[in-house]
Amino acid sequence: MSYEYDEKLDGALVSHDRASVAAALRRLVPDLQLLDSREELRPFECDGLSAYRTTPLLVALPERIEQVQALLKYAHEQQIPVVARGAGTGLSGGAMPLEKGILLVMARFNRILDIDADAGIARVQPGVRNLAISHAAAPYGLYYAPDPSSQIACSIGGNVAENAGGVHCLKYGLTVHNILRVEMVTIEGERVTLGSEALDSPGFDLLALFTGSEGMLGVVTEVTVKLLTKPPSAKVLLASFDDVEKAGGAVAKIIGAGVIPGGLEMMDNLAIRAVEDFVKAGYPVDAEAILLCELDGAETDVDEDIACVEGLLREAGATEVRVAQDEAQRQRFWAGRKNAFPAVGRISPDYYCMDGTIPRRELPRVLKGIAQLSTEYGLRVANVFHAGDGNMHPLILFDANLPGEMDRAEALGGRILELCVEVGGSITGEHGVGREKINQMCSQFNSDELTVFHAVKAAFDAQGLLNPGKNVPTLHRCAEFGSMHVHRGALPFPELERF
Amino acid sequence: MQREFETADVSPALIEQVRAAAARRMPLRIRGGDSKAALGRPVEGETLDLRAHRGVVHYDPTELVITLRAGTPVAELDAVLEAAGQMLPCEPPAFDGAATIGGAVASGLSGPRRPWAGALRDYVLGCRVITSEGKYVRFGGEVMKNVAGFDVSRLMAGSFGCLGVIAEVSLKVLPKPRAQRSLRIVASATDALARIVAWRREGLPVSGACHVDDALHVRLEGGVSSVESAARSIGGDELHASFWTELREQRLPFFAGPGSLWRVSVPNAGSTGAQPAALPGATMLDWGGAQRWLKSDASAAEIRRIAQAAGGHATCFTPAAGVEPFHPLAAPVLRLHRQLKQQLDPHGIFNPGRMYADL
Repeated sequence: MSYEYDEKLDGALVSHDRASVAAALRRLVPDLQLLDSREELRPFECDGLSAYRTTPLLVALPERIEQVQALLKYAHEQQIPVVARGAGTGLSGGAMPLEKGILLVMARFNRILDIDADAGIARVQPGVRNLAISHAAAPYGLYYAPDPSSQIACSIGGNVAENAGGVHCLKYGLTVHNILRVEMVTIEGERVTLGSEALDSPGFDLLALFTGSEGMLGVVTEVTVKLLTKPPSAKVLLASFDDVEKAGGAVAKIIGAGVIPGGLEMMDNLAIRAVEDFVKAGYPVDAEAILLCELDGAETDVDEDIACVEGLLREAGATEVRVAQDEAQRQRFWAGRKNAFPAVGRISPDYYCMDGTIPRRELPRVLKGIAQLSTEYGLRVANVFHAGDGNMHPLILFDANLPGEMDRAEALGGRILELCVEVGGSITGEHGVGREKINQMCSQFNSDELTVFHAVKAAFDAQGLLNPGKNVPTLHRCAEFGSMHVHRGALPFPELERF
Repeated sequence: MQREFETADVSPALIEQVRAAAARRMPLRIRGGDSKAALGRPVEGETLDLRAHRGVVHYDPTELVITLRAGTPVAELDAVLEAAGQMLPCEPPAFDGAATIGGAVASGLSGPRRPWAGALRDYVLGCRVITSEGKYVRFGGEVMKNVAGFDVSRLMAGSFGCLGVIAEVSLKVLPKPRAQRSLRIVASATDALARIVAWRREGLPVSGACHVDDALHVRLEGGVSSVESAARSIGGDELHASFWTELREQRLPFFAGPGSLWRVSVPNAGSTGAQPAALPGATMLDWGGAQRWLKSDASAAEIRRIAQAAGGHATCFTPAAGVEPFHPLAAPVLRLHRQLKQQLDPHGIFNPGRMYADL
């Protein structure tokens, strides 16, 4: 399948001449930096879903809100689609450009405007990197909780657009739980403030609706985030299991006992071996699964929890339980998990990262299903799992240079997501739908539900100019996609190219 | 053993009534227990009563998720969770057992734990909604993380039924803390706010902070030893935990005082965050200062001016004639509200005018 925008399925777009749009914008907003030559546009052809590339009509790099307003107003009048982009680290193609659209790069809005340590809030521009907020807050003993693994590079504007998560979501929530206010510009070029520094605002909760809307409702120009006091103590346990199901059972036991770990991660044998080979984290390479369980809070509470969890892990059949003895060992245990993706990248020429969520109790069934699909498609799958919140990241190993492997990897990925939906889960926990999972949206939502999404979109952007083709599929696309899935695994006309 | 509660799925009848109303362009006044009927503007229309649609649909404590029909009483939810050692941390009011979970979500009211544990909308994972076309649709789900499509479930929280009928809700729940202590410290309001800021910076396990009757009332929750050591460090006298129930249920003597009841929501006390000027009337601080309850006969305009100047807003729970219950919206935000209402409820059948005159 190709992820390219398909006007037949995604809706017609008006064509514009690159040179005349650039000239008009230069006249209208003289101090706005625009890129319009082939060489300049190339670096912006893709986001973190780098296998798919489209050259945008133009790239705009505004530095002031007035420039963003003027550009959007112009685009609205001229019916030119606009794709907003932060650091471009997204894994679902949410910032994938359009040949007929302007790519609005917000990276230059990179200032931290204010930190109020007493109130526990920071006001930042959208291009500020996630980790930079925590760094700036650290002298006050504070930090920003959501920590997507790309946090060193990803920007907060993109985090808002994707409702980014991370490894601490079960206890500390997603982006939507950790922001108070967003300033955004509508497609008409109007500035709107959603939320406030107070804990609630009058009217509908447009801040919650806007968070995770993937650039379809407006362009983020400022974010007020909550800062939390750093927990005084954090300790991590590493448990080994000879059976993945036992590891899943251990997770249920921990939660059932009333302990909410700061982080609770699971890896299967293929992932363990890849990681150990890469970072020497001290993982047991013969284990079928490991659990990493981090407990944080007041020192005495953490000690109570550690004792409790250690007992539960042994009861659940762990073959070995280790508590990191010092900060260095704790960092090493985490380094393994945080480097799981690149580690898998070393054992396979290419890998494809999935992002489904499931109710935790379905873990054994889903892992079995993934193993069967892996055999069926002849591709290895390494499993990395945010076990606490049910967010799976199966990594499909393939070689794009072997004919047909990439298509097989995509097809296998699609089947895994459909399996997640089947057991009551979701096709995406934190990476977003973007362009990548646009077809799987048709499995998760029916046409009545998609119609509600289209209505929401129309309330903010009636002409569909903001990031068209992402997040919510047209009913037409689902009609086409649905017909292909009448007979699972036995598609009609397998020789035909798939979209 | 869990007590047996009444359970019934009457969604087909509800959908039928919505369809019939839509066909006749008949406005519907959506109600649960009517415990919050006074909050908001009066609605003229045929009653759509959710109370018969009740009961727990799924609950697996180890998944930390409960799914309930909208007519389930909040008190019943609390009892079911209590039996499993869990809770809904945002503790919405039960209002003498009348409040339903659908109404709690629709009004978005959260209790004393809100600043530390999150608002009701933060615990909404998914919902089933009857649309203005009478379609029964599902958003979100029973998983903690789900970013597929727009977050319609959280939009429903606090929308007072103006965008659709909330028929079923999935909520994240959490284990009850192992230890809890409540303390009362004699202090002025200014002193109370300063202490709350200091405790936040120190990371003390505070889960309730209310200043009323010249005393700061504090709740500590967490592990046994951390709660004990925090209690030793902040001092004060032992306070019965029922204080927090009386507070969330609006049964403290403060609420019975003269004047209209106002809820003023303002930013946390901080170094740059403006603190509201003195409010004209008897004032109680809740949510560590971020929620001020006010009993006052002052004009709505004056109260709203003070709230707004501090970066907040004011809601009147017992509005006199001619007083708008909810704070006026900024023009661009109002425009988005109108467009959203127009898109999701084009014939204006769902609680028309409950929040604002033309929504």
